[in-house]
Amino acid sequence: MGMKVYGLTKTTNVARVLISLEEVGAEYDVVPVDFATGEHKSQAHLIRNPFGQVPAFQDDDVMLFESRAISRYILRKYKSNLLREDDIKEAALVDVWVDVEYGQYNTPASSICYNVIVKPMHGEEVDLEVVDTNLEKLKKVLEVYEARLSQCKYLAGDFISFADLSHVPCTYYLMLTQYKSVFDSYPHVKAWWEAIMTRPSIKKVFDIMSA
Amino acid sequence: MGVMKVYGVARYMSVARVIVCLEEVGADYQVVPVDFAVGEHKTPAHLARNPFGLIPAFEDDDLVIFESRTISKYVLRKYKSSDTDDLLRENNLTESTLVDQWLDVEAHHYDPLVFHISYNAFVLPKIGGTGDQKLIDTNLEKLKKVLEVYEAQLSKTKYLAGNFISLADLSHFPATYYFMATPYANLFDNYPHVKAWWENLMTRPSLKKAAAGMFPVA
Repeated sequence: MGMKVYGLTKTTNVARVLISLEEVGAEYDVVPVDFATGEHKSQAHLIRNPFGQVPAFQDDDVMLFESRAISRYILRKYKSNLLREDDIKEAALVDVWVDVEYGQYNTPASSICYNVIVKPMHGEEVDLEVVDTNLEKLKKVLEVYEARLSQCKYLAGDFISFADLSHVPCTYYLMLTQYKSVFDSYPHVKAWWEAIMTRPSIKKVFDIMSA
Repeated sequence: MGVMKVYGVARYMSVARVIVCLEEVGADYQVVPVDFAVGEHKTPAHLARNPFGLIPAFEDDDLVIFESRTISKYVLRKYKSSDTDDLLRENNLTESTLVDQWLDVEAHHYDPLVFHISYNAFVLPKIGGTGDQKLIDTNLEKLKKVLEVYEAQLSKTKYLAGNFISLADLSHFPATYYFMATPYANLFDNYPHVKAWWENLMTRPSLKKAAAGMFPVA
């Protein structure tokens, strides 16, 4: 039985898991979860993710949720070097920037994307004040990233890692909006993003997300 | 080789998380205060350690890192021995991932709620401020749903990641410790397995040591 990812490929947290799967070249299936019919609240899904969210993941009898934990499982199982777990200091630097991705970057970035992409799709009005507030927060975060990426090529050091790739799904959507131009003020961040986009796994996941 | 340094104040919940792990492994460490009142967290010296101007920051020889859960993992990896509990389970793929999963649950679902309840209902009044009651009430409602999930898990396993204690359990200590000093502590009475889990955790010497550096709760 191959690995299964439960959720929709357009969802950022689901796409995060797909990146790791593509990086290691694993075989997997995506099993859709239909939010419109409340499938995420069904007993069957709650067994896989007790918070009723996506993704959920199964590999034989191992059942997991939380996209970054699932990603770590996949990368460890296939002995990828993206976690740098053979080097205690490098592994810590990877962990730092995964925590930063969740704790600092993800909230303003995904809030902007939700407001300017998802809301219009549902015919809801965009709250420009929320967008502006989050844009200011994002700029402060990008200042830190610019300084960091002026010192080293990638976030955890001169090696690409899961920390960099964890930023991809949200940034993919941000780059589809008018706020893509914000990155022009942070040339090292922009160059970092462009380097990440050349990776075959990332191109593949972009194709999957946009299908 | 120097002593490990934790930059911050032991009373702060995020700093206490790291101190728990240092106490677990019995490492030598020093807490170097960061004075928020005089803006020390915004000085170039501190920003070089934590570019977001937050605490804790951490130094071990030439390694400088921040983010309390990352620091905790580093300490536990460096000092893993047969004398201490294996709090990360890194020799087992499934177990180590379950630890990561529940650590993410703590960081994403539990701590954002309990930290703010504790900060507003306990810490702020201690330092002469007034808490946001609306935020407390909103978070309490959300917390009930989270505790339902915890109750279900802890009815199946003794600890969160399995029948073994791990960093995932210990990471809950700081915010929960102060939460138990708020008027809302009895919320846990509705979740008997969660309550028992917490009371069991509090018997650990490392948590008592970390508590000694925090605001008194009695």
